[in-house]
Amino acid sequence: MISITGLKKTFNAGKPNEVIALQAVDLEIKQGEYLVVIGSNGSGKSTLLNLIAGSMLPTGGSVNIEGNDVSKLAEYQRSKWIARIFQNPLSGTAADLSIIDNFRLAALRTKSKNLIIGKTEQFKQLVKERIAALNMGLENKLDQPIGTLSGGQRQALTLLMSVMDECKILLLDEPTAALDPRSANNVLKIADDLIKQYKLTALLVTHNLRDAAVYGNRIIQMHEGQILKDISGAEKTHIQQNQLFEWFA
Amino acid sequence: MDFYITALIQGLCFGGIALGIYLSMKIFNIPDITTDGSYTLGGVVTGSLMTHHQSGFVIALAVIVSGAIAGALTGIIHTKLKINALLAGILVMTALYSVNLTILGRSNLPLLGLPGLFMSINFIADNPNQNALLISLIFVAAITLAIGYMLKTDFGIAMRATGNSEAMVRALGVNTDRMKIIGLAVANALTALSGYLVAQQQGFADISMGIGIVITGLGSVIIGETVINWLQITSVWLSLTLVLAGAIVFQLVLAFTLSIGVDANLLKLVTAAFVLVIVGLPRLTGRAA
Repeated sequence: MISITGLKKTFNAGKPNEVIALQAVDLEIKQGEYLVVIGSNGSGKSTLLNLIAGSMLPTGGSVNIEGNDVSKLAEYQRSKWIARIFQNPLSGTAADLSIIDNFRLAALRTKSKNLIIGKTEQFKQLVKERIAALNMGLENKLDQPIGTLSGGQRQALTLLMSVMDECKILLLDEPTAALDPRSANNVLKIADDLIKQYKLTALLVTHNLRDAAVYGNRIIQMHEGQILKDISGAEKTHIQQNQLFEWFA
Repeated sequence: MDFYITALIQGLCFGGIALGIYLSMKIFNIPDITTDGSYTLGGVVTGSLMTHHQSGFVIALAVIVSGAIAGALTGIIHTKLKINALLAGILVMTALYSVNLTILGRSNLPLLGLPGLFMSINFIADNPNQNALLISLIFVAAITLAIGYMLKTDFGIAMRATGNSEAMVRALGVNTDRMKIIGLAVANALTALSGYLVAQQQGFADISMGIGIVITGLGSVIIGETVINWLQITSVWLSLTLVLAGAIVFQLVLAFTLSIGVDANLLKLVTAAFVLVIVGLPRLTGRAA
């Protein structure tokens, strides 16, 4: 699904404050894989995610999605494959727009936004049903600005928005870092359900080792811009939080 | 009475600027001061084409296109060269002064006696002032309907989201640079339409007609915004209508100031003070704002 070869990223190249964030990373992510990425601060995990999303362009190497070289494509051009959940719940939604407007835009992620009115009654009904399935009591607040909701509610809705349109890859960039433990749990459960239901290929960057142990079917540890450990299959399923903790020793 | 009707017409004529500023400042979150230049551009294009006896339709179209080009230039400078929006606006505004002077050929061009928009249809034959009021009302209503419809469409939702959460909009497949360029083009086309109306209403095009006009737009938007925030309005139509109402209130206040005998030379000072009061009032009275 995603095939990364020799991916490099250097910030401030040639200057005294040069930082090598990624040094020639090779990574093959198969369809349906739920990859958890852990690593200390500055290990390059966010850079890896940003390079896949296209919000940064690589210094060298390439990113292929379904056989297409997307290394040079801008973020908005990669959106036909990729949906993204940000660390900051405020980034994933447009605060002043109503819930229904946010969903309408999300439903057009892979399509062009034309001069037609797409918020039909039928569309509203569809959104209502999807939101009702979250059991958060938000289905009757469709016309409320999404900014009036809590961070957890917004993050949950952002997840739901990502599957409003055809989605193959879901990038989760520390989606629960700004949430309380209960909301965080809830958001990751919703993500897990959606990934299974829609058979998505997903990538979760997290600092929470408990989440890293519980979720996903493959885990990698990044260190100084390289992949240090890569574990999948049964070994990942049985991995414990304290084992992961020892990786950082 | 006629005095206030004229103020009312003027308020409607400035509706284009108000809607333009609303679009750039409130929807796109970009402080755009190309306004001074694009408003004058609208006026001088109108003036020079009227003296060349072009039809009203052609003139309006030329005004829209020229305003849009000015706005798009600011947008391109801002997004492609990554220059601060304020500076980009100032650059284009400054350059437009020479462009405007070249188009006009001199600093002032009287248009009296030429058949313009306000004489095109006679709804109320015996009262030209009321007739002009009706025509400007229809004209501004048509613009508002067009902009309101645009903001309700899928494209419009993407526009509104661009000023709100750029990271999200990019992740949802929108080229935000292109969106901002289009947005500024539309905003300045609206501003130029104000120049089109005002030049015809006052009967001349003048090279300095746009100096400080951005404050008129800002003041109108802020009056509208105050009410929008106060009543927590989310409807697009109502918001646009309130912004227009803001433009009218603004002109009525200025007319009132003149009528109580304030020196016309102090008008800009009064304008600035009035805008300051509107901006400051919500902050002083309620912590909520």
